[in-house]
Amino acid sequence: MTFEPKIVGFLCNWCSYAGADLAGVSRIAYPTNIRIIRLMCSGRVDPVLVLETFANGADGVMVMGCHPGDCHYVEGNLQAERKVKMLKKLISRTGLEPERLRLEWVSASEGGLFADVVRDFTYQIIAMGPSPLAGEKPDVDVLEGILAAKAAAEDFRLRVLVGREKGIIEDGNVYEEKLSQEKFDETMDEAIATEYIRNKIYFTIRREPLSVRELSKHLDLDPQAVLRHIVVLRRRGMVAVDRVEGTTPLYAALEVGR
Amino acid sequence: MKRAEDNAPRIGVFVCHCGINIGGVVDVPQVVEYAKTLPNVVYAEDNLYTCSSEGISKIKEGIGRYNLDRIIVASCTPRTHEPLFRAACEEAGLNKYLFEMANIRDQCSWPHLHEPEKATEKAKDLVRMAVAKAGLLKPLVEPEIDVTPSTLVIGGGISGMTAALCLANQGFRVCIVEKESELGGRLKQLHKLYPTLVNASKGLDQISGAVKANRNIDVLTSTLIKQVKGFIGNFEVDVQRGNGETAKFEVGTIIVATGTDVLEPVGMYGYGEHSNVLTQLQLETLLRDGKLEMPQRVVMVQCVGSREEKGRTYCSRVCCMTALKNAMLIKESHPRTDVHLLFRDLQTYGGHYEDYRRMAQDMGVKFIKYSLEKPPQVFPKEDGRLDVSVYHALLGEEINLETDLLVLSTPLIQCEDAKKLSHMLKIPIGPDGFFLEAHVKLRPIDFATDGIYVCGTAHSPKDTAESVSQALGVASRAAIPLAMKHMRTEAITAMVDENLCSGCGTCVKICPYSAIAKDEKGVARVTEVLCKGCGTCGASCPEKAITMRHFTDDQVIAQALAAVRRELA
Repeated sequence: MTFEPKIVGFLCNWCSYAGADLAGVSRIAYPTNIRIIRLMCSGRVDPVLVLETFANGADGVMVMGCHPGDCHYVEGNLQAERKVKMLKKLISRTGLEPERLRLEWVSASEGGLFADVVRDFTYQIIAMGPSPLAGEKPDVDVLEGILAAKAAAEDFRLRVLVGREKGIIEDGNVYEEKLSQEKFDETMDEAIATEYIRNKIYFTIRREPLSVRELSKHLDLDPQAVLRHIVVLRRRGMVAVDRVEGTTPLYAALEVGR
Repeated sequence: MKRAEDNAPRIGVFVCHCGINIGGVVDVPQVVEYAKTLPNVVYAEDNLYTCSSEGISKIKEGIGRYNLDRIIVASCTPRTHEPLFRAACEEAGLNKYLFEMANIRDQCSWPHLHEPEKATEKAKDLVRMAVAKAGLLKPLVEPEIDVTPSTLVIGGGISGMTAALCLANQGFRVCIVEKESELGGRLKQLHKLYPTLVNASKGLDQISGAVKANRNIDVLTSTLIKQVKGFIGNFEVDVQRGNGETAKFEVGTIIVATGTDVLEPVGMYGYGEHSNVLTQLQLETLLRDGKLEMPQRVVMVQCVGSREEKGRTYCSRVCCMTALKNAMLIKESHPRTDVHLLFRDLQTYGGHYEDYRRMAQDMGVKFIKYSLEKPPQVFPKEDGRLDVSVYHALLGEEINLETDLLVLSTPLIQCEDAKKLSHMLKIPIGPDGFFLEAHVKLRPIDFATDGIYVCGTAHSPKDTAESVSQALGVASRAAIPLAMKHMRTEAITAMVDENLCSGCGTCVKICPYSAIAKDEKGVARVTEVLCKGCGTCGASCPEKAITMRHFTDDQVIAQALAAVRRELA
């Protein structure tokens, strides 16, 4: 049987959902695979929703909103754009292809464009093949990665950075210091890397307690860096020493605090 | 059918054939049978048309007979039919927010009409997703608010005054705030109005007299709006008078009638350099005051600074008629004056205006078509006259016109302080700089923000007749909440969990409607009547302390899981 991907679309009520309706009204054909979830605004798309959808085996996720400048809620769509940008960076670390997530602007009058982008995305996903997380036996490593990404996306730091991006770049902080887009992106990339790897460590040692050396090998990361993350995770109450083998402590994830 | 657990939702599913629109593609009976197997579904049936009175009574009957507490209609799009089905639920005593739709027509049977089997599978999935969400739906209440029975009209030009009079005559209080020292707006500068050639001052005096005499209207001239807080029914307005005094009052609705500026074409066609290069507006004033010394030749250039390839791309709508009118006024008093009109495209739309153009032609006004690529050029002569050289696009040759007076038709442009007002009132500005309506066809004089309306040239270039009819339109729109005295507002709003909120203020910054503020405890609080329910705050809250009603994380995730995993339904 040919591969029929499962694609979930998060669409804003005012533009893209209306565009999807128009495609139907105009009888413009597109592949049947997409399953649309109507939201009031693409800005409602919490990164966690997308990661949860991938964790459960979606082969592709589309986020669609109004064109910039046309947002029914002024600029919820730009918030969506920032979130998708962050998500793609986060997902690229997990082993899942970030191309499985796509953001598109479709207006209420663009039924043809809606059909075009859905068709294009569906064919792209068919060419990519099933998600490693789809089906009966999801890839454990990738799943751990997505769970780590989800945990990172739930956490204060990334959320506050995405939520405040516009403010930080355009308005400045309380000291009226502004960051350039480049500088902000740098900060963001660093935050994504750190938050992701910490959570990845957490989910790895949730499966079985490991030493710093083992973790370092598993994650292909400098042992010093692993140790620094372990220290932070212990302080956050997420990790504890499980036991000491010889002189080597093995760390385990704690269920509390999450 | 599965037996629902105690207290579990009792879901009823109504699958619509929509004649053959759905039934001709999707196997509707199969979808109904499938729906019956889903958790918490206690009843499912198909209808030829669920939206017919018969279908509606089936829903109501089902709620009574099977004690249904969640209703799903699998049919067309909620964008058109949700209100109808919600009303049916409400009439049967069920909170209307316990209703959910599955769009198996516009997003299934229609686009997939050549793939009936796959369309049927998709319809099942869409029903399963709706069932997953419906089980988690919560009843919601639309808060009721009292409406202050008065309107603020910003701008005392012809539009603002017309709207104010119309409202005042219906018995509502109106306050006109005008930044200039007297009423009248742009019309004060005009001479005669096309196509009737009535004196602008005649109509203006009449209406401003009526405004001043009306006891329901307060006029505040030399006054600026400092701040507007609140929401439909309860706006608090702060104004600053010319003498520095401030005042505060409350209104229920707001009309934006701030008018426009006219482009000063500095640096174009020698404007600002040569005293005999004028704008149409300056010519108009000279004609009105009888101060135009009749020249031998007048050249008018259309689309100066409008219909550009980039920048001001829009057509200013009034310039062609204004130029024709002024050309004819010149011809009328001085038939021997030679009037040339250089145009790119002459936009004399509608019956009257096209007749007007023929009249001008008959009176001897000469029309020359120029092109955007080769605009006319102006060279000063020693005697103070001007040489206007123009490439005649129809003849295909360069023509030189020696002229005494060059008149430039420049577009109406948005006022400089419009941006401030846009921020203050949370009303958008479109790409042309003019205020942007909620929907170009269906809500042409409303803003997306409830209780605020737009009319006249603040919205787009238009002539007096058009401004007046739009003003009468907004007066009736703005009167609706005032006449109702109370109103219900959006129930789909954001909700903050105080225990989770850390007071970081991210949501306060993100909310485009200033609906969230920190309270005395330092935690975020949503002013529900201001919230429009976009949910961006919830998706951004660093502590995940905000729940977006009717689109909660749980509900959306349930839909997503139902979409990808059949067995989780």
